[in-house]
Amino acid sequence: MNVDDLLQRASFIELDARSRARALLDAGSMRELIGPFDRVTSPWLAMQGIVTQSDDGVVVAKGTVDGHPTVVLSMVGEFQGGSLGEVGGAKIAGALELAAEDNRNGTPTRAAILFETGGVRLQEANLGLAAIAEIHAAIVDLRRYQPVVGISAGTVGCFGGMSIAAGLCSYLIVTREARLGLNGPAVIEQEAGVEEYESRDRPFIWSFTGGEQRYESGLVDACVEDDVAQIRQTLGGYFRQGVPPIHRSDRQEDFLACMAQIDTTRQATPEQIRQLYRKGLS
Amino acid sequence: MEKIEYDYPAGAPAAQRVLTGVVGSGDLEVLLEPHDAGRTTVAVNTSVDGMKQVWSALLARVFASAELPACKIEINDFGATPGVVRIRIEQALEALREQAVEGQRS
Repeated sequence: MNVDDLLQRASFIELDARSRARALLDAGSMRELIGPFDRVTSPWLAMQGIVTQSDDGVVVAKGTVDGHPTVVLSMVGEFQGGSLGEVGGAKIAGALELAAEDNRNGTPTRAAILFETGGVRLQEANLGLAAIAEIHAAIVDLRRYQPVVGISAGTVGCFGGMSIAAGLCSYLIVTREARLGLNGPAVIEQEAGVEEYESRDRPFIWSFTGGEQRYESGLVDACVEDDVAQIRQTLGGYFRQGVPPIHRSDRQEDFLACMAQIDTTRQATPEQIRQLYRKGLS
Repeated sequence: MEKIEYDYPAGAPAAQRVLTGVVGSGDLEVLLEPHDAGRTTVAVNTSVDGMKQVWSALLARVFASAELPACKIEINDFGATPGVVRIRIEQALEALREQAVEGQRS
């Protein structure tokens, strides 16, 4: 992206979760469900002396994309690291379940999930994990009828159980700012040691888990610029393509075979990983 | 976590609901809803204890000095500085005024 483009583009990352949903839906079509003024907040955070947010960090937006019924689930990365608790999890799972029900009743509803999340909210551990499992099941149910498109724009990225949810999506869109991984850098450093994985070495972290690397390794479908128009266009394109013949998650054996070939006795380079995955998945 | 409540005189009821901000580090969320004419209430939930004097002074400066629409305000604060608090409240009041102007035009 050159300087002129940079000045002209409308940044998607700089939008808050609600504005992101509005930007992806057709103008004037957005209707929020279980909105902030319904005040369905986390009962568990308050008990632990933590200030709650009125939407529990999840925006459920119903509307249309190119005239077709669509539900957008947008996570608030700023609130508790975009962590998923009981309420936020139920909002996402419930909305996906209703979209699948719509499809069974003749309304072909699609879904987009905007992942900005560190995964489960530790203060609501078991309930959050149960909710994430429900989200996984709901994605697999809905993607039989219509595409479920995941988008991780950044800057939080997508980790933990929600990275599995991202892996289950029909299509996955990221930007270079996004990161995608099961464990976050700090957790890996804590478990494997700083010699193995230095969480403060940002170029190193992004070179392995950043959007560009994940795209080059076949773990996501598109790596786009931080631009509202481009993200909207890419999303619309995947919706038009419809349900893919084979979902990425159905190719788990191929991915496992790639991973088995990695020489763990020495530090791999991002380039080696790209080549290995490209060869193994082609 | 501390909860503080305030009551101020106000004008006519606010025309609609407004939400600004986010409960992120150093930021806050302001939920503004219409209230009965003549009365504005502010309920503050803050992660920082022992700052009641600062809240009182700041909110008095905003709500006691001018005739503002009657609102029921809820603030969920995650350690915002007084400057940020003021900006978020002003942002909510500004959105209220802008929506009122748009309503008159249409």
